[in-house]
Amino acid sequence: MSDTNVVDVSHGVVAYGDRPVLRDVSLRVTAGEVVAILGANGSGKSTLIRAVLGLIPLRAGTVSLFGTPLRRFRQWHRIGYVPQRIGAGSGVPATVREVVASGRLARRGVLRPPGAADRAAVAAALDAVGLAGRAADPVATLSGGQQQRTLIARALAGEPELLVLDEPTAGVDAASQEAFAEALRGFVAGGGTVLLVAHELGPLQPLVGRAVVVHDGRIAHDGACPPPAGHHALPGHDHVHPHEHPAPHGVFQP
Amino acid sequence: MFQYDFMVRALIGALVIGLSAPALGIYLVQRRMSLIGDGIGHVALTGVGVGLLLDRSPVLTAVIVSTVGAVAIELLRERGRTSGDQALALLFYGGIAGGVMLVGLSSNRSNANLMAYLFGSLTTTSRDDLVVIVVLGAAVLAAMLLLRPALFAICHDEEYARVSGLPVRTLNVLIAVTAAVTVTIAMRTVGLLLVSALMVVPVAAAQQVTRGFRGTMALAMGLGVLSAGVGVWLAGEADTAAGATIVVLAIGGFVAIAAGAAAWRLLRRRVQAFPQTADVEPPDVVLER
Repeated sequence: MSDTNVVDVSHGVVAYGDRPVLRDVSLRVTAGEVVAILGANGSGKSTLIRAVLGLIPLRAGTVSLFGTPLRRFRQWHRIGYVPQRIGAGSGVPATVREVVASGRLARRGVLRPPGAADRAAVAAALDAVGLAGRAADPVATLSGGQQQRTLIARALAGEPELLVLDEPTAGVDAASQEAFAEALRGFVAGGGTVLLVAHELGPLQPLVGRAVVVHDGRIAHDGACPPPAGHHALPGHDHVHPHEHPAPHGVFQP
Repeated sequence: MFQYDFMVRALIGALVIGLSAPALGIYLVQRRMSLIGDGIGHVALTGVGVGLLLDRSPVLTAVIVSTVGAVAIELLRERGRTSGDQALALLFYGGIAGGVMLVGLSSNRSNANLMAYLFGSLTTTSRDDLVVIVVLGAAVLAAMLLLRPALFAICHDEEYARVSGLPVRTLNVLIAVTAAVTVTIAMRTVGLLLVSALMVVPVAAAQQVTRGFRGTMALAMGLGVLSAGVGVWLAGEADTAAGATIVVLAIGGFVAIAAGAAAWRLLRRRVQAFPQTADVEPPDVVLER
């Protein structure tokens, strides 16, 4: 499987209503690569990975995962998804282990009860992110960085071949960033493929083999990792920081 | 008191509901949709009206109408993120107004009859009703327990569940249909206006002291059965409405547990106040909502 395309986006177009977010984007990720998608807020970088996962429909173009068109793709256990933050629906307490255990569902299916292999994978994933000691604690009592690590453990528990991460280090403390980089290093060493969206790479920089810069819905750069300040100096780059930008989701969404 | 058959039937019905309502309700609470059961209850009243008008079993027509209503609510939730709460309002008031009108049109109209459906009654559970309640209650319970990992994943993080390849829509519709079924079987004893309380209050009470989802579910089911059983007995003794008695007991349980948990936390903090404040989390951003 050395040369297979794990992710293949061809001429992808995404629009919200009349507003185009991605215009004619093509992206190919092969097995074993670690690709970072960089870009300013609103550049379309998160939209790109959400379209890859089928969470947002494409207006035009195609997406294939592991050589299968997205519409017919069923082997979701090969993918581990790490969203930006823990789901909003958390009215009832859940332990770290319970959240991580949902990572096994893609592999196990809906009806089969968890077995010894599932428990072992959950324990290994908790270990990999350094949260084994917090397994029985409610997720809500964890810090932001620890919650983020919980989500990474959930993705790792499914023993995926491809990890897709959406801003994994945004607002995460230094200790968690290190633990996170360590977990990712282990995953890559085992032959895994990584596609991650980031605003800044931080401690992940040495891991990333290829950087794709999205600007205004198009790919502005695809190749070597730009030096730390580099992508901020690209022509036409709007430097926008998250805190200057009122979050466009939630109750205020039109 | 339990030498009367109707009391035994009411008790069995209440116990089944006390067990299955929180088992379903925990998923609604987790999704922050605690009031959805109430909306379905309102819609079910229209079903009762249809049943009385057509001279058919109101339980059957209520199951059908409330299932249609629940699936409609679910599809609205999935699609129209714009005015979910307005859609809910339409269903609430449309359901109850339609029900009251239809009951009024039927030959069987009496306030007592309407009240029995709205607030439950000990004497109305027939033998046939009981069979329906036990069979459907067992089905609800089995589905909620067997599918717990998948339903937990969906209610906790729907997008993640989608990327896990779970049949998200099917399971969402399943939750909606089970909610409708639970509302309808609870109608006889607890009443349509109070059934939602049995889905929500035991869960709210349990989560004051639990740390995980599974523990919350188990404790909520225990509290549901306890308040249902004691509630029916008390209602028989004091000649009060069964549904109201059960719900008042459940809320009493919530207050007692919340107060107890607060007192316990205070006590523990006093004991270990001075040496270290280590059980306080590091000052970090907590990404909850």
